[in-house]
Amino acid sequence: MLNILRYSFFDLMRSRWSYFYFAFYLALGFALLFLNNSLPKAIITLMNLIVVLTPLIGTIFGVMYFYNSREFTELLLAQPIKRSTIFMGQYLGIAGSLSMSLVLGLGIPFLLYGILLSGEIINFMFLLIDGALLTFIFVALAFILSLYNENRIKGFGYAILMWLFFAVIYDGLFLIFLLVFENYPLDKFSLIATMLNPIDLSRILVLLKLDISALLGYTGAVFQQFFGTAMGLFLSTFTLILWCLFPVGIILRICKKKDF
Amino acid sequence: MISLQNIQKQYGRLKVLNGVNLELSGAGVHTILGPNGSGKTTLIKILLGMVIPQKGEVVIDNKIVNGKWEYRNDIDYLPQIARFPDNLTVIELIEMIIRLRKKPNRSKELIQLFKIEPFLNQKLGNLSGGTRQKVNLVLAFMFDSRIIILDEPTTGLDPVAVVHLKELIRKERLKGKIILVTTHIMSFVEEMADQIIFLLDGKIYFKGTNEEIRARNNSKNLEHAIATLLEVHNA
Repeated sequence: MLNILRYSFFDLMRSRWSYFYFAFYLALGFALLFLNNSLPKAIITLMNLIVVLTPLIGTIFGVMYFYNSREFTELLLAQPIKRSTIFMGQYLGIAGSLSMSLVLGLGIPFLLYGILLSGEIINFMFLLIDGALLTFIFVALAFILSLYNENRIKGFGYAILMWLFFAVIYDGLFLIFLLVFENYPLDKFSLIATMLNPIDLSRILVLLKLDISALLGYTGAVFQQFFGTAMGLFLSTFTLILWCLFPVGIILRICKKKDF
Repeated sequence: MISLQNIQKQYGRLKVLNGVNLELSGAGVHTILGPNGSGKTTLIKILLGMVIPQKGEVVIDNKIVNGKWEYRNDIDYLPQIARFPDNLTVIELIEMIIRLRKKPNRSKELIQLFKIEPFLNQKLGNLSGGTRQKVNLVLAFMFDSRIIILDEPTTGLDPVAVVHLKELIRKERLKGKIILVTTHIMSFVEEMADQIIFLLDGKIYFKGTNEEIRARNNSKNLEHAIATLLEVHNA
């Protein structure tokens, strides 16, 4: 598996898009730091961007890579390698290289700014971990959609819809639901509904970590109230990891049955 | 020995293979012929475990290999479409496959034979179709496996490369290997095939030598014999 991971990783690392993605974060990091001139503010702004952007990029790259490497996958399938090894190798290769673009792209400007000497280092680490987890989740979801759809236009369409659903539509439905049923106790509902959306969940994770959950309004308050900061942190991280593992399990199941 | 037993495969409502039984025991070149969409590639992919049949078993050396992967150590395969990751160079791809297989290889000799040294450090995305097919051939022949499966091997090749390919196949046949080839090119079949397997609508309609197929259909050449076979079964 390491072999396939390595090649997928380097294949992506050498493509223009990875550089572009890396350069984007690099520019973003520098711009935010020098415009805000304050670490906590830069981190909060970044959080708002990262929870939407990493899923989008993960989704697009995941689908693109999957369809573009179809022939290569076929070549590997004819080799004496287990199917699950091939797909896990490719998956970890993409998610890994995207996460690396994120970590390095943001890490370099923040390191230069002197994050290591400030008290914000833990928060910053959390931000990066959160972005990486979201990347892993959405690349996996994109893989599932591409495995199901032979037609790449369809697969691409569904993937974008999925991102739109989690990033925008879900929150809208959530709000409508809260408004319609405002006369009922909704604490548990909003808690569960938040857990079912990795983007919302990671937003809360970072907010809890930054100890500004009041900013999030209702859901943040519920999280804070139910679990306290430490428990909430643990629970949301744990659920995010589940969000990674579950789609990976589905990938493994589909790839066993799929024809190439 | 390779044996396919009662293989059935359908995609949705489309039945591609309809209970195919096939045994390839002896060494030599076995060619699978059949019109477009007759199930040739599907059959090969089932043998390789890339397509999973609804029914039936693939048996190699008296072992059922459905769902297994170790048996592919004994198989070299040339896929029909030669497309690779665009960002890798030719030599990187070759080295990668060598690393995956961990077997002795003769890539250098084949690189010379097909004259692809000038392209070794080029990215695969920049190669012409014919050069890609040559890379594909190097990958397929570089391990000395007992079974060789070639799906439309002559696609995109220039005449010189075709001559080299035929020589290569002859040499491998002399080593006692089982070579399975699908092709549309009749002259290739007439020249190379020890056995012809004719596939139509997911069934094997004929299995035998070039002489047998011509004798059975009273035809002077193979092309004519195949045409007769097709007419008889479509009528």
